[in-house]
Amino acid sequence: MSRRVIPGFPLTVGYTLFYLSALVLLPLAALALKAGQMSAAEFWRVITDPVVTSSLRLTFAVSTAAALVNAIFGLIVAWVLVRYDFPFRRLFDAIIDFPFALPTAVAGLTFANLFLKDGWLGGLGGHIAAGINALTEKLGLGALLPADALNWLSFPYTGETAGIVIVLIFVGLPFVVRTVQPVLLEWDPEYETAARSLGADPATIFRRVIFPAILPAWVSGVALSLARSVGEYGSVIFIAANIPGKSQIAPLQIVTRLDDFQYAQAAAIGVVLLAISLLILLAINGLESFSRRHERAA
Amino acid sequence: MIPVVSRRIFAAIGLAALLGSAASAADLRLLNVSYDPTRELYAAIGQAFAVKWKAETGDTVKVDLSNGGSGKQARSVIDGLNADVVTLALGWDVTAIEKAGLINPGWQGKFPNNASPYTSTIAFLVRKGNPKGIKDWSDLLRPDVQVITANPKTSGGARWVFLALWGAFANAGTHDFSTVAGQAEAKTAIGAAKDFPAYNDAATRGKVAEIFNKHVPVLDTGARGATVTFAQKQIGDVLLNWENELWLARDEFGPEKFDIVYPKKSILAEPPVAVVDKVVDQRGTRKAAEAYLSYLYTPEAQDVIGQLHYRPRDVAALNKYSAELPKIPLFTIDETFGGWPKAQTTFFADGGVFDQFYKQTN
Repeated sequence: MSRRVIPGFPLTVGYTLFYLSALVLLPLAALALKAGQMSAAEFWRVITDPVVTSSLRLTFAVSTAAALVNAIFGLIVAWVLVRYDFPFRRLFDAIIDFPFALPTAVAGLTFANLFLKDGWLGGLGGHIAAGINALTEKLGLGALLPADALNWLSFPYTGETAGIVIVLIFVGLPFVVRTVQPVLLEWDPEYETAARSLGADPATIFRRVIFPAILPAWVSGVALSLARSVGEYGSVIFIAANIPGKSQIAPLQIVTRLDDFQYAQAAAIGVVLLAISLLILLAINGLESFSRRHERAA
Repeated sequence: MIPVVSRRIFAAIGLAALLGSAASAADLRLLNVSYDPTRELYAAIGQAFAVKWKAETGDTVKVDLSNGGSGKQARSVIDGLNADVVTLALGWDVTAIEKAGLINPGWQGKFPNNASPYTSTIAFLVRKGNPKGIKDWSDLLRPDVQVITANPKTSGGARWVFLALWGAFANAGTHDFSTVAGQAEAKTAIGAAKDFPAYNDAATRGKVAEIFNKHVPVLDTGARGATVTFAQKQIGDVLLNWENELWLARDEFGPEKFDIVYPKKSILAEPPVAVVDKVVDQRGTRKAAEAYLSYLYTPEAQDVIGQLHYRPRDVAALNKYSAELPKIPLFTIDETFGGWPKAQTTFFADGGVFDQFYKQTN
């Protein structure tokens, strides 16, 4: 029996259970019930429809890719923000929360315009080549570069899978940074000093001393970022081509069914989306606790 | 504890509010739930109707407006949005509300012309000077042509686009709707139509499938989204959309950027209007709601309709705006496809023809 720090144990537990049930379990039950309106065969037919399975594959592929990128770069960002002092550090720190505050549709639209064929990034190579040519023509050298010479510098990602991943990286970035940051802030540098005095090199210190401490926070940050991406709709539909069976994400399949008044079908896809997400989150948590036990054993 | 005195004051305020609301019962608010591109149209109509209603009855009426994708709007009404009237992109969405028990059967006979106070059609928007020389439906099949349209599963306008493509390739019989005689001829043809051979035209099916599979790079969820993709994001060579939406895009982005091209024939789109019986009976707004929809058929409303690039039913108003609403031969969904329920189940329902297009390519 754990020690009761907060008085009124039955009251607080009762309140917590009621709160979670009303806010989370009730809507979930309603969703499952809606999906339960159809027969098992019908349910199976809906969720094995090639267009639906391809949308589920795409959703989890792009979400995983975005979560992995955020796992690495979010960690680096958190590390740099905590461990180094540099000009405008606090400003950059504040910018991290920007994706939380910005309506995702606005983010999607902005990225879609950036990555258009003649957008700032989508046509970057062309813009630079045009700039260089304008300069050399002014100097009387004529146009030095063919217009498409620098096209390898362009990122025409609007309508491409890469575009979806970039939007999801943006949307999920704060999760990893904001979960790892407080742990790094609390971190006592004396552990590092101790490790160094015992002869550990920097790589070993990070791997054996620092990393195990931030691992739980880091893993939950990555899991949150992944879960956020799986459900993301607003930003993705602006940058994706949305072709059925090719570039439609699962949430769009749900909306499509709703617009066709197929409530039960929409709920069925929602249930599958939720079930897969839950499995992945459980697997991530399992992996994390396994590695912690493994770390302690070693 | 609230002191006794202030409790009395509260009671007095409550009583006053009650009396106030009773005295101003003639202050009416209607909610019109409509599809995406009609913002400007129903804003203008609502104001003109309020003036007329005040003059006739002495009552004040304000019509609130909600716009969105036609299917989504119908879903909102089914889910409990208290719409007094719906003005949607296609009959199927009104039928869905009828099936939910909110609108009485037979709504299409409650107002003239199948309860559609105006019509529209599907045409092309191309880049200035028409660099790809797109003149008719068959040009869309050329390998170098990219076509922008919304997804028929989520956009009412895109369903009309799909039917226009199909009917044009299947050589649907057309009529001249700019004359009373032509309209009568169409009515007779609808009565005589049977079997609807367009559905079984394999060549047509192949062509429509080819356009969606090979020529459409982006499928937006709504008509307005498709316009933005074409006009602002500069994707594609031709936009297929509502005629009124094409004019709006041309006015919005500048006539120096785009040309509107009319194909040799297209579809007569009939966006329907209906009173939501259950809501108006509950709220006691039936009289005003019916007057509001009837008002759409008056010469003054028909003129506003023509001005905003919808095709008035009134032949005089239609001819007044014939420069911007050119006469083209049009076919009807009733004569070519046997009406919405049949077209919806065959083409757009789950597992229908449109779904099959995308399964073949996977």
